[in-house]
Amino acid sequence: MLSPADILTIPFDDWVNTLVRDYLVPNFRPFFRALQVPVTTVLNAFDAFFQFIPMVVFTLVLAFIAWRVVGRGIAIFTLLALTFIDMIGLWTETMTTLSMIVTSVLFCTIIGVPIGILVAGSNKLWSVVRPILDIMQTIPSFVYLVPIVMLFGVGMVPGIIATIIFALPPIIRLTNLGIRNVRGDLIEAAEAFGSTRWQMLWEVQLPLALRTVMAGLNQTLMLSLSMVVIAALIGAGGLGLTVYTGLGRLDVGGATAGGVGIVLLAIILDRITQALGEQSGVRTPSLRQMLVSVFRPRGAVTGETNKTGN
Amino acid sequence: MEPKVKVRNLFKIFGDAPETALERLKQGQSKEQILEETGHVVGVQDASFDVGEGSIFVVMGLSGSGKSTLVRMLNGLIPPTSGEILIDGDDVANCSPERLRDIRRNKIAMVFQHFALFPHKTIAENTAYGLKIKGVSAAERREKALQSLDQVGLKAWADGYPSELSGGMQQRVGLARGLATNPQILLMDEPFGALDPLIRREMQEELLQLQRSLKKTIIFITHDLNEALILGDRIAIMKDGRFVQVGTAQEIVADPADDYVSAFVADIDRGRVFTAGHVANDAQAVQLSDDSQNALKAMEDLNRNALYVLDGERIVGVVTYQDLSTAIRENGKADGALADVLVSDYPVANRDAQLHELYGLASTGLPIAVTDKNGSLIGVVEPEAVFAQLSGDEQTQDSVRSDTPPAA
Ligand SMILES: Nc1ncnc2c1ncn2[C@@H]1O[C@H](COP(=O)(O)OP(=O)(O)OP(=O)(O)O)[C@@H](O)[C@H]1O
Ligand SMILES: [Mg+2]
Repeated sequence: MLSPADILTIPFDDWVNTLVRDYLVPNFRPFFRALQVPVTTVLNAFDAFFQFIPMVVFTLVLAFIAWRVVGRGIAIFTLLALTFIDMIGLWTETMTTLSMIVTSVLFCTIIGVPIGILVAGSNKLWSVVRPILDIMQTIPSFVYLVPIVMLFGVGMVPGIIATIIFALPPIIRLTNLGIRNVRGDLIEAAEAFGSTRWQMLWEVQLPLALRTVMAGLNQTLMLSLSMVVIAALIGAGGLGLTVYTGLGRLDVGGATAGGVGIVLLAIILDRITQALGEQSGVRTPSLRQMLVSVFRPRGAVTGETNKTGN
Repeated sequence: MEPKVKVRNLFKIFGDAPETALERLKQGQSKEQILEETGHVVGVQDASFDVGEGSIFVVMGLSGSGKSTLVRMLNGLIPPTSGEILIDGDDVANCSPERLRDIRRNKIAMVFQHFALFPHKTIAENTAYGLKIKGVSAAERREKALQSLDQVGLKAWADGYPSELSGGMQQRVGLARGLATNPQILLMDEPFGALDPLIRREMQEELLQLQRSLKKTIIFITHDLNEALILGDRIAIMKDGRFVQVGTAQEIVADPADDYVSAFVADIDRGRVFTAGHVANDAQAVQLSDDSQNALKAMEDLNRNALYVLDGERIVGVVTYQDLSTAIRENGKADGALADVLVSDYPVANRDAQLHELYGLASTGLPIAVTDKNGSLIGVVEPEAVFAQLSGDEQTQDSVRSDTPPAA
């Protein structure tokens, strides 16, 4: 049977090799190295912090937050789950994973929210960014790893960079969506009173989009969690590494323990951020107030949100 | 005096190539034709008007007639296709963004049809929005917002949220927000459109009340002719983006420019459009010291059933032809007869009283004395004139009403 390959073969892999090895790596390596610096700094700070806090203190604080934000059920769950993780001997790994996730989410927010705001303001820009996000979300996560390794090397930080790239799209999409969905008459009202572009953003668009942005943050967080296992392939540590080494040694018990740790952490973080998103409905003006509400007498906060709860 | 707002030959066409559509429009093609052939929507065509300082200019028209488009151009929310908008001589359409922002912050405020309150801000914060944008300090902002809320009777709600208020209350907040920056001009785009009729009436009264003390220049949009007639010092009727008639309430009701306007005028509440001054006859009266025979003769000459009697400038009462002639027949030609038959419990109305308020007075059968604010007689309303005007019966109306309103 005649196939097109008999007539012409395309050395696609060679082309990519040439591009990455002979062009990007020698010319841009210092640039990519420099990119790692902020990630390394933040990651180290978080890791040091989480490793420093005694297990009991951390557990109580997180359970307290869960209680204020979500409710008693999740607070008890947090307490039990973290205790269990500690008892199966994975506390250090869990804190490493947590600092990786927090770092990744932080960078996703810092990069994603402004991009979301920018593309919300321009249909042209959105028509360029949108297909890029589509591609980012359809490429299997393993495929990222090779160019990441070529450009950044192996280790913790390249793993987090892969995670950031993987988890970035939802927060961009939902920030864009949240800002675009702000009612037109409110924008017009803000404009009619002489708001500058910045005042409009700060006073009207962001507070009203906050709920949707928080939903994006939640999705980004979940994607980060799912990526940490894969990132272990290129040398990232934490629970992902436990699972990965477990798999490599056919150590079912070890792999399962790591997996359970990830699932428990995922449930806790998911429920807390989801509830934060719901609280930041139209009523709560700012992130600051949202955080303040965590520490205010309980009745006052939930009473208000229940009244509007729509 | 220069008008506060001056608009000349204003056009707005929505679409990709408004210039070509504008050409077609100027060649006399209709809105439908242009939409069909080019896909351009004519929002406003050739609007020109002046609004004097402190007056209310109402734009009335059906849905889609271009009212919102017109009012949004006045504060630059949308740019006009051609034409000129001068606010105190500033060309809104062609000034720099900074100048426009300055005008919006300090001179012109807007009240919206669907309130457009910020759901994440308290009532006080909503009210203070314009002040915050201007950079007013928090304490002063709060104080002014409370003042402004007090004006509309919602001070107690300052720390609530818009979702806790009824539609009428939300619109009051919208009004308070507009007033808080103390603008000279208020643009109101169907502000009472979403309210039920009773609250609507109330809000209209409230607006007129406020306007008496605030003296803003107001451009008010409505699709309700009754509302337009009640509020407007001058009214423009809009159709397909064009002004079909501009005039006072009385001019529009008494003399509709075309069938379109007539159709609206047919079912309006005339009792609220016309005032006692509009239907009053000349202030013919006799002096108390006059001879009663002369009074009787005057009534015959003027073809009236009764005449008012003055003592100098002061009204002392009214005499009817019937009483006077009976008295003369019985007492002979005695002096002082005028005082004997004087009805001192006469119906009286201020010249600004609306016609529907005269309805009760007219049923006494006596002519109604129309007075100015000093209480001097400036005209007389025959009871038939009230009913004729209320029913919109042109013929009786013309025969009863004098064409030149009495001078003050
Ligand atoms: N952004 C726009 N793009 C295209 N056409 C528009 C736009 N805004 C308004 N129009 C058209 O302009 C015309 C006038 O609309 P406008 O909103 O000014 O009407 P309106 O008199 O305010 O009506 P309503 O009483 O329903 O508010 C309509 O035919 C409308 O379809
Ligand atoms: Mg409108």
